[in-house]
Amino acid sequence: MINVDHVHKVYPTRQGDRVVLNDISFTLERGEKVGILGRNGAGKSTLVRLVSGAEQPTSGNITRNMSVSWPIAFGGAFQTALTGFDNVRFISRIYNQNYAQNIDFVEEFTELGLYLREPVRSYSQGMRARLAFAISMIIEFDCYLIDEVSAVGDARFHEKCAIELFQKRADRAMLIISHDVEYVRHHCSRFAVLHEGDMRFYPDFDQAYDQHMVNLHS
Amino acid sequence: MAFQQISEIGKSASIQWRVIYALLMREILTRYGRHNIGFLWLFVEPMLFTTGVTILWSLAKSAHGSSLPIVAFALTGYSSVLLWRNMPARCIGAIEPNLALMYHRNVRVIDIFLARVLLEAGGATVSFIVLSLFYIYIGWLDPPEDVLTVVGGWLLLGWFGAALGMLLGALAERSELVERLWHPISYIMFPLSGAAFMVDALPPGVRDYALYVPMVNGVEIVRKGYFGDHIRVHYDLPYLLWFCIALSVLALTQVALINRQITPE
Repeated sequence: MINVDHVHKVYPTRQGDRVVLNDISFTLERGEKVGILGRNGAGKSTLVRLVSGAEQPTSGNITRNMSVSWPIAFGGAFQTALTGFDNVRFISRIYNQNYAQNIDFVEEFTELGLYLREPVRSYSQGMRARLAFAISMIIEFDCYLIDEVSAVGDARFHEKCAIELFQKRADRAMLIISHDVEYVRHHCSRFAVLHEGDMRFYPDFDQAYDQHMVNLHS
Repeated sequence: MAFQQISEIGKSASIQWRVIYALLMREILTRYGRHNIGFLWLFVEPMLFTTGVTILWSLAKSAHGSSLPIVAFALTGYSSVLLWRNMPARCIGAIEPNLALMYHRNVRVIDIFLARVLLEAGGATVSFIVLSLFYIYIGWLDPPEDVLTVVGGWLLLGWFGAALGMLLGALAERSELVERLWHPISYIMFPLSGAAFMVDALPPGVRDYALYVPMVNGVEIVRKGYFGDHIRVHYDLPYLLWFCIALSVLALTQVALINRQITPE
């Protein structure tokens, strides 16, 4: 279970402090899939980073009683000066994993071939997305935090992602952010809308979607 | 209960060591790559520096106020400078290129600093040892009189450099001034750090003031170990220890503070 308890996040800006998350509380049970809708800049990615533990809340507590992935997004989580393989090595070391096995999986999943020996900096957006996703599938977590994986890449990549995440790991908890509302509707069982620092849960998708639409056009 | 706590600490320590090791390898790869001699540059670069300075000082026959051979004087002095000066230089601005890796919860600011500090200290130490052995082998230098004292002085200098590095690294995240000012300050500190003089050569009234500079004490201890009774050294060990402890506490608090403010890329 993940318990988010009265979390606030404030970022200092040139125009003074900006409250991005204002008193957010919720729990995520094992196996539960929660989708979060919200406008650009509503604080969705910030929330995911806080839940992952990569960033600390300004106040409030987050407790994790299951293993939680890092935010799986198409960027981030790797060093662009290193090659694809070196990034796999780095992550294998951090999470105490067998490097050789991981290499095989990454090669097969990404289909990047020789590019895996080139610096990630030289990759296209779609190639980075493939690598990022493959690397995050190396390590098994109880809960995956998914931040817009579906935004880049081609149809084949999306299919492979869906198989890895929603078929092979159907029993895991997930926190999913996406602007693709259909993606959220299809894969989640609980829905929340993040707007101006507040997070509200809705019993079904349609209500969440309506509220999201109101926020989008307000 | 106590056992449980110890095993918790053990688990955390093993995670932290894994992270530091992974960062160390990453650092070596991005800095030295796989071209020509690769990560050997870690030692070769400081060795070239020290050798260059040794040759220059030998040619200039610089007055260092003691009967020591200039090679021995330059080796102990300049190696010490590399030790305390390179760690802060590498810690300043260390976080930014690693921001993406901080997506991983176990990668913390302190790990990034520790990895760089270990790397720099390792490079400076290997350079010092290899050059010492080489100079001893070709007869430019006599073996140290008391190796343990050399090690002690070296470790103290390393501790000072590491604490200073982490403190400045954390402060640099708050203000660019740190980076701008460190270059001139480290340059000016070089002649004041004891690398280029023996305290005994100073006028007696000035000696006490010289010992307020922490590095001077460390270098004097290293030289005491190297040359034993051939020279007279002056140092204040309790002062150096307290200075390092205070600097470490300050550094750790600043690192903890910065850790809370970091936003991964």
